[in-house]
Amino acid sequence: MTSSATIPAAGTPAATPPQRNGKPRRSERARAEARLGWWLAGPAFVIMLAVTLYPILQALYDSLFRYRLTAPGDREMVWFGNYAVILGDSVFWSALLVTVVITVITVLIELVLGFALALVMHRALTQLRGLLRTAILVPYGIITVVSAFAWFYMFDITSGFVNSWFSWVPGIDADLNWFASQGTSLFVIIASEVWKTTPFISLLLLAGLAQVSGDLEEAAAVDGASWWQRLWRVVIPNMKAAIMVAVLFRALDAFRIFDNVFIMTNGANGTEVLSLLAYRTSIGRLEIGMGSAISVLLFLCVILICFIAIKLFKVDLSSARGGS
Amino acid sequence: MRRRRRLGLLAAVMALTIPLAACGSDSGPPVLTWFINPDDGGQADIAQMCTDEAAGAYTIQTSVLPRDAGGQREQLARRLAANDSSIDLMSLDPPFIPELAEPGFLAPVPDDVAQRVSENVVQGALDGASWQDTLVTVPFWANTQLLWYRKSVAEAAGLDMSQPVTWRQIMDAAESQGKLLGVQGAKAESLTVWINALVESAGGSIIANQAESADQVQLGLDSDAGRQAAEIIGEIGRGPLGGPGLPTANENASLTLFQGDQASFMVNWPFVWSAMNAAVEAGTLDASVVEDTGWAIYPGVNDGEESAPPYGGINIGIGAFSNHVDLAYQAAECIVTPQHQAFYFATNGNPPSNTTAFDDPEVQDAFPMADTIRQSLQQAAPRPQTPYYNEVSLGLQETWHPPASVTPETSPQAATDLITAVLRGDRLL
Repeated sequence: MTSSATIPAAGTPAATPPQRNGKPRRSERARAEARLGWWLAGPAFVIMLAVTLYPILQALYDSLFRYRLTAPGDREMVWFGNYAVILGDSVFWSALLVTVVITVITVLIELVLGFALALVMHRALTQLRGLLRTAILVPYGIITVVSAFAWFYMFDITSGFVNSWFSWVPGIDADLNWFASQGTSLFVIIASEVWKTTPFISLLLLAGLAQVSGDLEEAAAVDGASWWQRLWRVVIPNMKAAIMVAVLFRALDAFRIFDNVFIMTNGANGTEVLSLLAYRTSIGRLEIGMGSAISVLLFLCVILICFIAIKLFKVDLSSARGGS
Repeated sequence: MRRRRRLGLLAAVMALTIPLAACGSDSGPPVLTWFINPDDGGQADIAQMCTDEAAGAYTIQTSVLPRDAGGQREQLARRLAANDSSIDLMSLDPPFIPELAEPGFLAPVPDDVAQRVSENVVQGALDGASWQDTLVTVPFWANTQLLWYRKSVAEAAGLDMSQPVTWRQIMDAAESQGKLLGVQGAKAESLTVWINALVESAGGSIIANQAESADQVQLGLDSDAGRQAAEIIGEIGRGPLGGPGLPTANENASLTLFQGDQASFMVNWPFVWSAMNAAVEAGTLDASVVEDTGWAIYPGVNDGEESAPPYGGINIGIGAFSNHVDLAYQAAECIVTPQHQAFYFATNGNPPSNTTAFDDPEVQDAFPMADTIRQSLQQAAPRPQTPYYNEVSLGLQETWHPPASVTPETSPQAATDLITAVLRGDRLL
């Protein structure tokens, strides 16, 4: 759907400037290089347009129709009628709210946890480092659907063990049905999301940590800065770009959450998220028009997040790997 | 110059990819593709038997669909909407048949075939295989829910299980013994099955007419029958009878509950019988549980009125875009012979739609409750028949879940309002 389109799309502007912004008079060699560049990048560029731009435009077009797959004869143009229905319906707004809540909470927890893990990986003894990184990365290597099932069965009232293991915690007993109310369902969904994707954020942060020059830290230590001061005043400001890229990537990812909710509650008890709503409308109900409109709105939300991150927080995507 | 080169590149990419979509192999008898729901291998066996019986007239090849009925419907509807000619035979879940029949995705059943495949078929299965009083699919196997009970609990509560019982009676009996009822309260298709059985048993119908277009669909929920159904579900949901697992209980969760200490009564499909026997064989279930298990016809709502048990199963649809419609109907007739239905019941546990198949000694041996199933199928009522079944079912689940929130005053009205608005395209689901 629109989801896979966003990340590559962010990369396209970077590919074009060398060609377009070139000076009017270029040497033969520069032109040959530009040509070679196009030959090398061209096929990938064409394929990307075919698999991202085309479906996006198709979805935009479809979203203007009232169109049900099993009633092809009744297809009619309603212009922005689908958008009016969606934006006027509480189902959409509650799905948006739940999505935002999940995104904000998971990204915050993951940022703190991921940073701690990155520090551990960064400082760990060299002999342990490889093993430690592998161990931390294991959850990220597990397929989301599989991890969602694992967490679901852990907490499920008939087959789960959480209720008996944690019965000493106030509020948890054998009769607690985690997936029967909004708060507890969201707790499990967020916990499994955090467990699964913290390694990703910690890897990005580790790359940022590695960029911070040891000289700076040493200089600060000589000046008498405590560990906390060095972290807060030296390390973090110097890796701000890496942190912002990590937050942006994870926020975009978390915003499109689908698997966990689909497996655990399928949207019951007020846990419906935007991707699930789009899926259920266009795939489940076969309402291509309405579903496309929801997908377009989801796409716009994702663009908005990118825009906020890049323009307001000045995230420089190219600096993540030590550009500036 | 550059543009032309880019266009050339695009053309080259397309030229490389398009032929991949086409494929062909021609020699020998025509191959019919039968899209089947996953089972224990019975449909593949029947396909092989019919291929052998056809003696070279055709070969049936099976292709497995997704596990859940919703996924099966999605895949078939998308393929049929694209005029897929590779679909010859389809195993269809009855509620979705009108949706595929209405736009002409199913090849019409020839009159002579319709007559032959309707002989001795239980009424519930005939209703489920039809749309607007015309047979549009070939009835294959038919499922129904029975009332399963612990003999010890019924006896202790003094309930006479030789006579049909009502929901009120089993609720009182379970409550008097401090036990739980096995019903399906999860926000899923099983909840719609339960609601429909209650409404139909009370003499009503969720949908009042078999309308073709979305804005003509009329709901019958806001009626005495709808309110009675809401009262039963709400009472089980709010009281101690459902247990804490009720809002997430599907058929498997109910079975797990029924195998435990708090079991009393359960409404469920006959698969539970094979499942419990298999569990005893595997050593995970005490044999005394199976010995203590009885079965009866689905509970009614009103005293002295026959219940309308849930109806499920699979019917065979023939794709309208198939290149071999005639052969596909021959194959379908072969698939649904009473012998094959009996074989399927005895080996896979899926009950026949043809009454004569129940007399097969193998069937009587594997399923001692076969006669109850046959009677239940005669009484069974299909779920709402409408091309918009999915919306109706999801709308019900949206407004009647969790069970504790269901009340006769609000729930039928809320479901009617939501489903009507969704069908008009004014609201989301």
